[in-house]
Amino acid sequence: MKRWAAYIGNAAAVFAVLLILWQAIIWIFHVAPYMLPAPSAVAAALVTRRGLLLNALSITAEEAAGGLAASIAVGIAVALLFAQSRWLRRMLFPYTLLLQTVPIIAVAPLILMWVGAGMPAVALIAFIISLAPIIANTTQGLISVDENLVQLFLMHDASPAQMLLKLRLPNAVPALFVGIRIASGLAVIGAITGELYTGSSRVGEGGLGYSILYASSQLQTAYLFALVAAATVLGFGFVFIVMFLEWHFLHRWHESARALEVD
Amino acid sequence: MIQMTGVAKQFGGVRPVLERVDLEIQKGEFVTLLGPSGCGKSTLLKLIAGLTAPSAGTIQVDGMTPGSARERVSFIFQDATLLPWRNVVNNVSLGLELEKVGHARRNKRADELLELVGLQHVSKAYPRELSGGMKMRVSIARALATNPRLLLMDEPFAALDELSRDRFNEEVLRLREEQKWTAVFVTHSVAEAVFLSTRIVILAPNPGRIHAMLPVDLPFPRTAALRATPEFDLLAANVSRLLRGAIAA
Repeated sequence: MKRWAAYIGNAAAVFAVLLILWQAIIWIFHVAPYMLPAPSAVAAALVTRRGLLLNALSITAEEAAGGLAASIAVGIAVALLFAQSRWLRRMLFPYTLLLQTVPIIAVAPLILMWVGAGMPAVALIAFIISLAPIIANTTQGLISVDENLVQLFLMHDASPAQMLLKLRLPNAVPALFVGIRIASGLAVIGAITGELYTGSSRVGEGGLGYSILYASSQLQTAYLFALVAAATVLGFGFVFIVMFLEWHFLHRWHESARALEVD
Repeated sequence: MIQMTGVAKQFGGVRPVLERVDLEIQKGEFVTLLGPSGCGKSTLLKLIAGLTAPSAGTIQVDGMTPGSARERVSFIFQDATLLPWRNVVNNVSLGLELEKVGHARRNKRADELLELVGLQHVSKAYPRELSGGMKMRVSIARALATNPRLLLMDEPFAALDELSRDRFNEEVLRLREEQKWTAVFVTHSVAEAVFLSTRIVILAPNPGRIHAMLPVDLPFPRTAALRATPEFDLLAANVSRLLRGAIAA
């Protein structure tokens, strides 16, 4: 706990120095507020528009969480399928790479056209962008089991179900968490990207992506900064929750979780 | 207990790993397979376990195929091969769990075995918290938990330092005294082979085959003091000579 406190303290100190530099640049170069607002102006925007901001944050969080939950469920299911046969992996794995490489910005308008603008469409974009790392990592975890452990299970005439539930699945949990950690950041990015296209039923009110677009069109630069800060906090929050769960479930037995204890 | 007739094993390549092995092992024996690397001694053990099938010849364990005799057989691997996500007691009871033994009974049995190998104090620890020697103890306890009649051991102490290895050898004999299983043990250590065995089978490489067999008629119970006797030295010298012959052959 003490180490965590020191860690957060250091991060806060760096943040304070950055704020001072930022303010100094504005004073020295007389930067116009619509180009670069002062930290105090951003703070003011954060306070005065907190209602709108929290609303935008919760909309985006919901979409990203929905997309992430779906990609975890579907990703595990696909990985279980892939783990069954090398042939299936060879046939279908390139398509999961396609999921990862397709430019989501280009596909987003299509999805909106098909599904219709709204939260489901945005969640779907978050789902698509976050699916590949979960499939890839979980499949790897399911198939890379120590050969001796497999033989040990065979010596006890383990059934295929026992092999899966007591050996392959637990063996895949660390890799699954690596996948979820990557996917959680991507899901937030996907949700914000999707919102850039969805618009909103009420002017000025929508998710973070929509609000960012709106604020920039209105030259409300301080609010724009506040929104970017909120988006960052959201992404960080997602990753942090996943890292906490990872630590919680793995620290007793797995090295990767112990590496999360900051040194 | 084990009958192998004309057993050969070939993995795709041109040269067989094992060629025409005829070997009979009686109940109660402690047979050590000794030989240089590449002589197929681990393959021979896996054939007896039914983990791989022979390319030619027949193997019977207790009159059954190795696959169907598994219920009475336990295998101890070169490294401890523990499930890292299970604590010690749940690792020990794994075999019983896979064989659908009830929770209470398998925990009781696991506790007994942990006491037998002197590990009750770490029953809730995870493998990563244990030393190499302790992990091997857990592995032995797990193998014995299912009450095997035949114990197959594939260089189980190769990774340990010599002092711990000697101690483990004494302990294996103590456990055997109590539980009366038959053992097939793979090693490349002459001293270990002489100390443990009632019979040593020396294998020659390329292709793997039986080079010589030698009974070890040192009396039981064997203790650490045995290693300092002239009889032990004489046997060890004899085995070393045969082993050199196997490598040259």
